[in-house]
Amino acid sequence: MAGLELLSDQGYRLDGRKATELRKVQARMGVFAQADGSAYLEQGNTKALAVVYGPHEMRGSRSRTLHDRAVINCQYSMATFSTAERKRRPHGDRKSTEMSLHLKQTFEAAVMTQLYPRSQIDIYVKILQSDGGNYSVCVNAATLAVIDAGIPMRDYVCACTVGFVDETPLADLCYAEESGGVSSLALALLPRGGQIALLQMDARLHQDHLETLIEAAMTACKGVSKVLDEVVRQHLQEVSVLTGE
Amino acid sequence: MLKSKTFVKKTRSGGVMKIVREHYLRDDIWCGSEACTECKQESTVLQKDACIESNLCSYPHYLIPDTNVVLHQVKRKKKAVGLYLLPLNIYPHNFCSSRETFIEREPGESANDRNDRAIRVAAKWYSQHLKMFESDTDGLKVVLLTNDQGNKQKAEESDLLVYKCEEYIKSLIANPELVDRLALSSDDKNEITSSKVLFPEHLPLSRIQAGIKSGSFLQGTFRASRDNYLEATVFVQGEGEDSTEVLIQGLQNLNRAVHQDVVAVQLLPRNQWVAPSSVVLQDEGTAKDDDVEEEEEEKAVTEAARKPTGKVVGIIKRNWRPFCGMLNVSQIKESTRHLFTPADRRIPRIRIETRQASTLAGQRIMVAIDGWPKHSRYPNGHFVRSLGGAGEKNTEEEVLLLEHDVPHQAFSQAVLSFLPKMPWAITPEDMVRREDLRHLTVCSVDPPGCTDIDDALHCRELENGNLEVGVHIADVSHFIRPGNALDKEAANRGTTVYLCGKRIDMVPELLSSNLCSLRSNVERLAFSCIWEMNHEAEILKTRFTKSVINSKASLTYAEAQMRIDDTTKNDDTTKSLRGLNKLAKILKRRRIEKGALTLSSLEVRFHMDSETHDPIDLQTKELMETNSMVEEFMLLANISVAQKIYDEFSECALLRKHPAPPPSNYDILLKAAKSKDVVIHTDSAKALADSLDVAKVDGFPYFNTLLRILATRCMMQAVYFCSGMDSDFHHYGLASPIYTHFTSPIRRYADIIVHRLLAVAIGADSTYPDLMDKHKQSALCNNLNYRHKMAQYAQRASVAFHTQLFFKSRGILNEEGFVLFVRKNAIIVLIPKFGLEGTVFFDGKDKTAPNLVYDEEGPTLTIEQHTFHIFDKVKVTISLDDSNIQHQKIRMALIDPVISGVSVPAPDVGPQAKKPKLDQ
Repeated sequence: MAGLELLSDQGYRLDGRKATELRKVQARMGVFAQADGSAYLEQGNTKALAVVYGPHEMRGSRSRTLHDRAVINCQYSMATFSTAERKRRPHGDRKSTEMSLHLKQTFEAAVMTQLYPRSQIDIYVKILQSDGGNYSVCVNAATLAVIDAGIPMRDYVCACTVGFVDETPLADLCYAEESGGVSSLALALLPRGGQIALLQMDARLHQDHLETLIEAAMTACKGVSKVLDEVVRQHLQEVSVLTGE
Repeated sequence: MLKSKTFVKKTRSGGVMKIVREHYLRDDIWCGSEACTECKQESTVLQKDACIESNLCSYPHYLIPDTNVVLHQVKRKKKAVGLYLLPLNIYPHNFCSSRETFIEREPGESANDRNDRAIRVAAKWYSQHLKMFESDTDGLKVVLLTNDQGNKQKAEESDLLVYKCEEYIKSLIANPELVDRLALSSDDKNEITSSKVLFPEHLPLSRIQAGIKSGSFLQGTFRASRDNYLEATVFVQGEGEDSTEVLIQGLQNLNRAVHQDVVAVQLLPRNQWVAPSSVVLQDEGTAKDDDVEEEEEEKAVTEAARKPTGKVVGIIKRNWRPFCGMLNVSQIKESTRHLFTPADRRIPRIRIETRQASTLAGQRIMVAIDGWPKHSRYPNGHFVRSLGGAGEKNTEEEVLLLEHDVPHQAFSQAVLSFLPKMPWAITPEDMVRREDLRHLTVCSVDPPGCTDIDDALHCRELENGNLEVGVHIADVSHFIRPGNALDKEAANRGTTVYLCGKRIDMVPELLSSNLCSLRSNVERLAFSCIWEMNHEAEILKTRFTKSVINSKASLTYAEAQMRIDDTTKNDDTTKSLRGLNKLAKILKRRRIEKGALTLSSLEVRFHMDSETHDPIDLQTKELMETNSMVEEFMLLANISVAQKIYDEFSECALLRKHPAPPPSNYDILLKAAKSKDVVIHTDSAKALADSLDVAKVDGFPYFNTLLRILATRCMMQAVYFCSGMDSDFHHYGLASPIYTHFTSPIRRYADIIVHRLLAVAIGADSTYPDLMDKHKQSALCNNLNYRHKMAQYAQRASVAFHTQLFFKSRGILNEEGFVLFVRKNAIIVLIPKFGLEGTVFFDGKDKTAPNLVYDEEGPTLTIEQHTFHIFDKVKVTISLDDSNIQHQKIRMALIDPVISGVSVPAPDVGPQAKKPKLDQ
């Protein structure tokens, strides 16, 4: 690859991390009072805000109503100030639509929708600052928001991107790495059961490497789930102190 | 700890972007010292008693070289220079990511200053860190090496031990020779610097790139001329086929470019274009160092002969390597500056500084270029190592290998660790996907003395009356697994190089001469290609399989021929050979009908003295029926395999093609044939083959061979390529639409790849990523093509060197030969007896040129009254010219026909020839 050396001989990445190390994850739940559930999550320099409404009655066209489970409605958008160059169209472009669809698929696999027939759950995610791994940060933030809303899920959904450089999988890519021509893969996992909620890759990769890459992604997702679990417990403690229980 | 880096960057479209990046500082980067007990490192690299004897530092110490120092010394892709030759272990410490040593750039501080400060901080940290363990390290200290005056001063201010690089190296007691190996640093060349600027400045890279984009400059590879040091061409790769060559003449225009550099050239206006000069000019000026006379004006050149001419405006990429050559010791006594003359005439002389001139004189040495300032006539370099006395066989062989870039070091431990453990035997796991063919009567036929047998054959009659023919190739890919050190080494070497009396193996000997070699009466793994044929040699069925065979006999070509001819023998092996021979004849006939070329080149074999390994006799290789028998089946196997892997992997099959030569290549052949009233058709390979067959001149039996030798010279190089990257697969010489190399995996890496592809195709092995990547495949092909070319050159050079040795021992010889080419001032003569080609010059420095008339149409050369045509029979005397020790050559002089003033009287050679070994 011309220019950037993504992995040094001593095994350090551009930003000083080792191959398997994640970026620093920080999160808060219940950031808005109006919404049913909300969360703010930072993964390195990528920052996302997730808001959940519902479950509530179907709005808009009734025809989309499902009689055995809830409809999940996702909307993904990026703040105009989220990237180095100001974005013209914050949502509704092709990329955002695709991302919305992926989020919807992910949460349909995780949320116990059959508990709420004929109703709807809205998940809105906004990227406030983008530095790689947008999809996974959105999933992680939305998970916290759904938990905050008290909607039952099978498990946390944790997501992480993994790239492949010099025969080594790199966990949690930052933007510089993502744009450096790495074949990368995004994986959303239900960590306890080890089920994969979504796997997405649009780069070329030899079949032999796929297994190691998925393996690495799963380890990374489990790492994320630990952090999320801590955040949830911390939050619960705070809330219970406030309510005096 | 987390730090954020923010900086502003200009985008390609001209906008300005603010970029924010995270930077994680770690506290798990250890010091790497043996003495340290605090760091939790897994392995320590730096020893406790790091002791190099030095005048300056009498205590054990670690060195921290400034990055600029290291870069200055280790550039040019080469690891072993200066510092690295010290008995040091190197521990790369990642200062920028360590929490203790990270510093932030202060406002107003340049990037360079920040780096210098970072190094000082690091040195400080190290010395403080080591102080903690002072008790058991007897005063281990840290020494900073830098070449920057400012940096040194500041370091001294903060109580660090700091020396200039040169200062330090000079103080080393044990290694005084290291000083010579230091690359010259820029601030101590003041004495060489004459005020006169000899060369125009090179343009900065940004302007070069802009110029190339706008089309005002051209980018290309610089190729210096072998014969004229003031002339060079730049090969500009155009899109697709249209590549051009730009001529460059004159020292100023060459502007310090060295052979093989990638340069930017600017074309001169059309009225300044010149024709390439046909004069041979060698840089002999030591006295006229600075006043280089301008090229004398070319005499009226015809407009057609003029070529695009340009000048070098900048260097895009230097391609310097260490050069072999010899030292010209300076006449001034006590001088430490000397000129070095590389063996390759295309490389300019290099000025080096050494104190060991007297010992190095008469030796072959290696020198690396450090730079070429604009006021210096020659580039500056430094001494790397000595190869041994000039003219010695080992030294010359080493030079030959180095100059042709043949990797010839012993295999490293890492490579050898992937060899199978001895004693080796076939295990049941090996048999899982293999067919047991041990019962077949397989035999191998090779040249005498061959230890790397990679092919064996068998032929038997089936019950249905058809014949089963098998070609069994050593299964090298079983032993060399993709991606390991052994595989990488083999891929880099690309091919085994055969020199006279020496073989540079591609794979370690255990494999090449033992486990992979299909020797007789041992069980060996093989990759078999088995056909069912009828008696007309038509293929009915083809199959490929991995197998185990047990060869019944390893024969030489002569032995096999004898068995076939000996009607009393009737064993299985012989029957099998007869069957093969019969089929091979049919195959060959059919191939020739299709238009395959039978070309000819003379190859010689040396008979070596078994003790001194000096050549004692020389003989042209003979071809027997069995040679062509083996060849025929190898071709058939290669073609079958090529078809199979291409069917299976249309994107990434490794194939070999031989492009048809452009018609202009045949000019010389057509003219030569015409002089004997023979017409050669070159419209197609078939036409060429046919007309070569009928070309005969009465009373001149050798004519046909000569013609074929000429035809060989017209051909293009065959090359490996990846099927996904090219659309023309045709092999011109073999008249086959598709071809590859499958049959010699022991000595060619291409065959190993083909084996792997085929193994995947038949489900006998699994694939791996690089095999399916056409870009990687294509890069590999480039390396293989390069290695093959270089191996060929090295082979030829080796033959030439041994020919010289041979003639040195033989003294002067008179031989008959044929004129092969006619040039403006010389004829090139081929001596069939030795397969030797030499030039007879008619003008020289020491004698007055006779009256030469050159006719390009013939081409003929008339000297005084005698006219030379191509194919004329002449008699020459051969001797060794060793006036120039670096370039010894064979000299030929004309004896017959006698031309006064040109030919020489025949020297008496009778007695010398009879006692060849006495005058060594």
